[in-house]
Amino acid sequence: MAKARTLYDKIWDDHVVDRQDDGTCLLYIDRHLVHEVTSPQAFEGLRAAGRKVRQPHKTLAVVDHNVPTSDRSQGIEDPESATQVATLAQNAKEFGVEYYNELDTRQGIVHVVGPEQGFTLPGMTIVCGDSHTSTHGAFGSLAHGIGTSEVEHVLATQTLIQKKAKNFRVTVDGKLPAGVTAKDIILSIIGETGTAGGTGHVMEYAGEAIRALSMEGRMTVCNMAIEGGARAGMIAPDEKTYAYLKDRPKSPKGEAWDAAVRYWDSLRTDEGAFFDTEIRLDAANLPPIVTWGTSPEDVISVAGVVPNPDDIQDENKRLSKWRALEYMGLKPGTKITDITLDRVFIGSCTNGRIEDLRAVAKVVEGKRVHEAVNAMIVPGSGIVKMQAEAEGLDKIFKAAGFDWREPGCSMCLAMNADRLAPGERCASTSNRNFEGRQGFKGRTHLVSPAMAAAAAIAGRFVDIRTFG
Amino acid sequence: MDKFTVLESVAAPLRIINVDTDMIIPKQYLKTIKRTGLGRGLFSEMRYREDGSENPDFVLNQPAYRNAKILIAGDNFGCGSSREHAPWALLDFGIRCVISTSFADIFYNNCFQNGILPIKVSPEDLEKLFDDASRGSNATLTVDLEAQEIRGPDGGRIHFEIDPFKKHCMLNGLDGIGLTMEKAPAIDAFEKKLSERAWA
Repeated sequence: MAKARTLYDKIWDDHVVDRQDDGTCLLYIDRHLVHEVTSPQAFEGLRAAGRKVRQPHKTLAVVDHNVPTSDRSQGIEDPESATQVATLAQNAKEFGVEYYNELDTRQGIVHVVGPEQGFTLPGMTIVCGDSHTSTHGAFGSLAHGIGTSEVEHVLATQTLIQKKAKNFRVTVDGKLPAGVTAKDIILSIIGETGTAGGTGHVMEYAGEAIRALSMEGRMTVCNMAIEGGARAGMIAPDEKTYAYLKDRPKSPKGEAWDAAVRYWDSLRTDEGAFFDTEIRLDAANLPPIVTWGTSPEDVISVAGVVPNPDDIQDENKRLSKWRALEYMGLKPGTKITDITLDRVFIGSCTNGRIEDLRAVAKVVEGKRVHEAVNAMIVPGSGIVKMQAEAEGLDKIFKAAGFDWREPGCSMCLAMNADRLAPGERCASTSNRNFEGRQGFKGRTHLVSPAMAAAAAIAGRFVDIRTFG
Repeated sequence: MDKFTVLESVAAPLRIINVDTDMIIPKQYLKTIKRTGLGRGLFSEMRYREDGSENPDFVLNQPAYRNAKILIAGDNFGCGSSREHAPWALLDFGIRCVISTSFADIFYNNCFQNGILPIKVSPEDLEKLFDDASRGSNATLTVDLEAQEIRGPDGGRIHFEIDPFKKHCMLNGLDGIGLTMEKAPAIDAFEKKLSERAWA
């Protein structure tokens, strides 16, 4: 009998082009997403060496990090951002790569666009010069971020030099309580494993609570695999996956679709397959999460208090957590629901999809954003924006006092004009609470869309389970 | 890419865990379309004060460490964003070797692409190296890649592990694309087989 294999093992095995004696492999890459920040030096490298893009039609370029989220029909004001965007447009043209510019309805955050267009498919190897490429693993693909040198390598050869990672399975049993979401699952997992817990591993998410998630929810979970140190997160494809992908512009059609589904159906971890590491969580015990520090592992229940770093044994870790509290302007013992906010950011490749916006609308309908809070909503793509407007969500947001903006990465990493001022405190649906991430000396608390929405209304964190 | 063989230098201690790539090079420096010139942005939010002047407390601003080519840092160095601007900034500043107990995967790979050697050591060895490094210009470390060894100022030796293929590429300054291009027939064959999958 064939050896029992994990989902990761199967996709890996199906993509090995060449294997050296020491285990170093050449792995074939099916899909390559490209954005403006991490690609200019790669294209420049190709040009300098007189190389071409090996498979232009397996490559898709979209501008997302630098674009303003205000009206951009008049061009991009920041000259450096404008240059980077123009450089991608020029490179895409010169190397024959499909490109969605800032005025294209299909434009958006690369990790929202890939699945939306059916460019992302199960069983594929997918890379992008962006750590949140792990998002695409939600479709049962092997997807991870790479550096710019590797972007150039994939452009030139459609392969990557890789060594196989270890297998890690996180099983989330049971049912989520009302008000607890995919975001709270992944933040809880990171709280459990630590931000380096997944290093050297590919993490498969399984169990009843994961199966029950929508594709949007699964993308939120896999998106933050990297925040737990795992380059790739993945979830086995099922009927929900197929329903999401059917009839997308780049999804296979007709007989090709049927053949694809037959193959995709084989992409499940076999009974008895070996995992180097396994953990289990019970969904029923998970609360809405708020991060208190400057690492995504710094998680606490909304019903809890800011922890005391003096309780940590390890000296380096204790000092780092004190440093985090000082940066965040927080004291141990402070109730999370006593923390007041200046800003709320809803969007990003973690939580900028239609389901996230619906969750926000449900919380804020008929209410007003707190007078001390500036709250913005940035849809993940032009298509998400159109869908939200077709459902009238934009009217609910505007009536409540939210700023409804154009799609892009925006204040998740603050490369455009959307950023925190020093000292400003923000409830954010994004993925990183690092020092300076949302602006120099800005203070970020990571939460789910519903929790961010409720915080915008209350002006402080509130427990979404009892908010009404 | 420059070869990496033996490096002798003062080592700068950065006693912080989870140093993320946003910290190594903040986003305002990512708008460049070049690989060079990023050294001025290295650790900029810790290195400079709000008025733009140097923060004298930051390790790389202290006289003993301004020319350090080795950085010693806490656990999980280089986590977060995949930006290769992080190793580019380190390299542009002059850092050729980073020593920690662990590195985030993407950053770790990116270092090898740029001739920077990331070395993993045990927590006990890291403490020893922090101690050595805290002696400033009175103590230099020697990193010998061929021997897979760090030699301390007092004659102490720390052995480290490294992937043999990565070591070979570093010692010889080899370019990954060039190596892969030699395997073009295998890629052609794979793509031929792949064409049986109409959807791929």
